[in-house]
Amino acid sequence: MAAAGPRTGDSTPFTRRGVYDGFRRSLPVAAGVFTYGVVFGILARQTPLSAVEALVMSAAVFAASAQFVVLDLWSRPIPVTAIVVTTFLVNLRHVLMGASLYRWLARLSRRRVYGTLFLLNDESWGLAMRARAEGERDAAFLLGSGLVVFLAWVSASLLGLTAGSVVSDPARYGLDFAFVAVYVALLVGVWEGRPDLVPVGTAAAVAVAGGAVLPGNWHIVAGGVVGSLAGVARDAATGRGFAHARADHSGATPESATDGGTGGAGRD
Amino acid sequence: MAVVTYLTRVGGFWLVDQVDLSDAARAWLGYVPGAVLMSLVAPHVVGGGHAEFGAAAATLLVAWRTGSVLYAMVAGILAVSVLRRLPPPL
Repeated sequence: MAAAGPRTGDSTPFTRRGVYDGFRRSLPVAAGVFTYGVVFGILARQTPLSAVEALVMSAAVFAASAQFVVLDLWSRPIPVTAIVVTTFLVNLRHVLMGASLYRWLARLSRRRVYGTLFLLNDESWGLAMRARAEGERDAAFLLGSGLVVFLAWVSASLLGLTAGSVVSDPARYGLDFAFVAVYVALLVGVWEGRPDLVPVGTAAAVAVAGGAVLPGNWHIVAGGVVGSLAGVARDAATGRGFAHARADHSGATPESATDGGTGGAGRD
Repeated sequence: MAVVTYLTRVGGFWLVDQVDLSDAARAWLGYVPGAVLMSLVAPHVVGGGHAEFGAAAATLLVAWRTGSVLYAMVAGILAVSVLRRLPPPL
């Protein structure tokens, strides 16, 4: 892959127009992220996390699923190791997205690359990959898309944190179930069909069994690691190869995932 | 959190700059989110009562049909608050 390398005399555009296009074309997605951010703010109010901490988290971490997941872990004293390990596991998918962006971004300055990648998120990645499949060459598209999603996420978190204070007894209204419901919905979002049955089923069994014997929230890490490894082991054992070595769970269209996703690390 | 998240964001680009991920490694990474999410859900559903089980099913249905996290969450909350007021069916 790296052998494909930069072609000489062919620079990648990175312009203000690209930022604008990415921003504008990501507005509908940003609206969805906004509702989601409000939910995060409301849920964060029910945890030992302070409003300021939650807002700083939204701006500095800017990773919805990881933030939802660690809300469940948050307690005093803060279980730092469990939070860091869980965050890492939940965000590992970014590694694949970053890898798939390599060919597009390789000729930019590293300052631009690593700055833009701070704003990398599932939605922007999917949109940028689709735009590129449609002929977009300006890599600033990803920056613009990341910016609008970032603004939506942080402002929505603030709104949720403010509005969430009106709810005093969450369990009475079933609001304690909101966490579980969000995870179920996210799970439906990442579900890609029958190949997921083994890893997800294994994770369920390990997490339930682990919850009975493991301290704290380590059953989540155990379920995540053992379940995902079970998926790979099944792939290896069935000899059908790693057809499921997909690049994302981002909701990108199959076409865009085929075009730019899994190909990023292997095909070129 | 911020640091490890940023590391995962730049890590992929950086890695491909250095080495090539094997298909097995990429497959493993692809399975992680589903496995982690199920690990979060399963103990709540298995350890809960009929209300949690029914509400999880309602959430699943709405999420699948609408693709909206927000609608699914609202459905789950409504279902659990109603079911908790009803006796178990069995």
